Amino acid sequence: MIALIGLVIGVTLGLVLQPDVPLWAEPYLPIAVVAALDAMFGGIRARLEGIFDEKVFVVSFLSNTVIAALIVFLGDKLGVGSQLSTGVVVVLGIRIFSNAAGIRRRLFGA
Amino acid sequence: MTGPEPRPGREPRPGRDAEARPEGLRAVADLLRPRVSMGQLIGGLLCLVLGFAVVAQIRSNERDTTFATARQDELVGVLSDLGQRSERLRGDLRDLEDTKARLERDAQGGTALEEARKRAATYGLLAGTVPAEGPGIELTVGDPRRGVRAVNLLDALEELRDAGAEVVQVNDVRAGVDSYFLDDRDGVRADGRALVPPYRFRAIGDPHTMTTALNIPGGLVRTLQAAGAEVSITPRAKVVVDAVRSP
Repeated sequence: MIALIGLVIGVTLGLVLQPDVPLWAEPYLPIAVVAALDAMFGGIRARLEGIFDEKVFVVSFLSNTVIAALIVFLGDKLGVGSQLSTGVVVVLGIRIFSNAAGIRRRLFGA
Repeated sequence: MTGPEPRPGREPRPGRDAEARPEGLRAVADLLRPRVSMGQLIGGLLCLVLGFAVVAQIRSNERDTTFATARQDELVGVLSDLGQRSERLRGDLRDLEDTKARLERDAQGGTALEEARKRAATYGLLAGTVPAEGPGIELTVGDPRRGVRAVNLLDALEELRDAGAEVVQVNDVRAGVDSYFLDDRDGVRADGRALVPPYRFRAIGDPHTMTTALNIPGGLVRTLQAAGAEVSITPRAKVVVDAVRSP
């Protein structure tokens, strides 16, 4: 519930403040957002399966975003930034789908 | 639909099962029940940041799509493309300005006449009303088993045109914009005239491009060979197309 309220407040703040993404964060923010989405879906799934742990959620959320951004940063330095960010997005996309499947199974039993 | 049973292979944990692993609507209601604790608050804060970041990213993505997020090598590619194009356009501009200056200079209309002749020659080549010669290829399709149909020859003509052939002659028929091939009892007709095998296509254009286009796997040459034809392609520095169409 608090997470949902936080999400709504965040979206509202974003719409009201109309922030500019700083230039240095531009390549990393999309990847970090996707990683955070993955962590969020994972959290919902864990909650539905009854194994939710706030500490795990917070740590996985932070580490996911940081690692995703770090991978892209490293890829940029190595000259394979675009390929690596594609790879990260693919992996995270697969994880989001499997998490969504878990949530669906819990909610609808199918 | 088997209903709310625990999945096979997974033993429900004793004691927690009843309230911790609900199903369906009850699960959603349980999700939304507020529980205040430090971890929940931090989670809420993280979700706030996430929502904020999503909106910020979407906004920045909508504002400038192409260049702001492009990487350095992509930008270099775009720049060099633009450079080449502007160079080409500048060349065109120079030519046109030359023509304009010459047209203005001569009062007798000599230059205008020359331009008009040049254009007439170009259009004549395209329409097939004047003979032509230039680098190109000769495509010979021998047909000992009489397996080549009109559609194969049409394919050959289209393939040559796609590969940049400007002028094409089939045996003694000059191909024009309204050329057609027709299956007949005793062979193939082109523009009403009977073609006698072997079919010789003389095409003026870039020999290398045309040869490559004809030879692609599964392309024209393979198709013709499958139909029992003997195909040979000869690039020539000078191909003479002497058949003309009546205007």
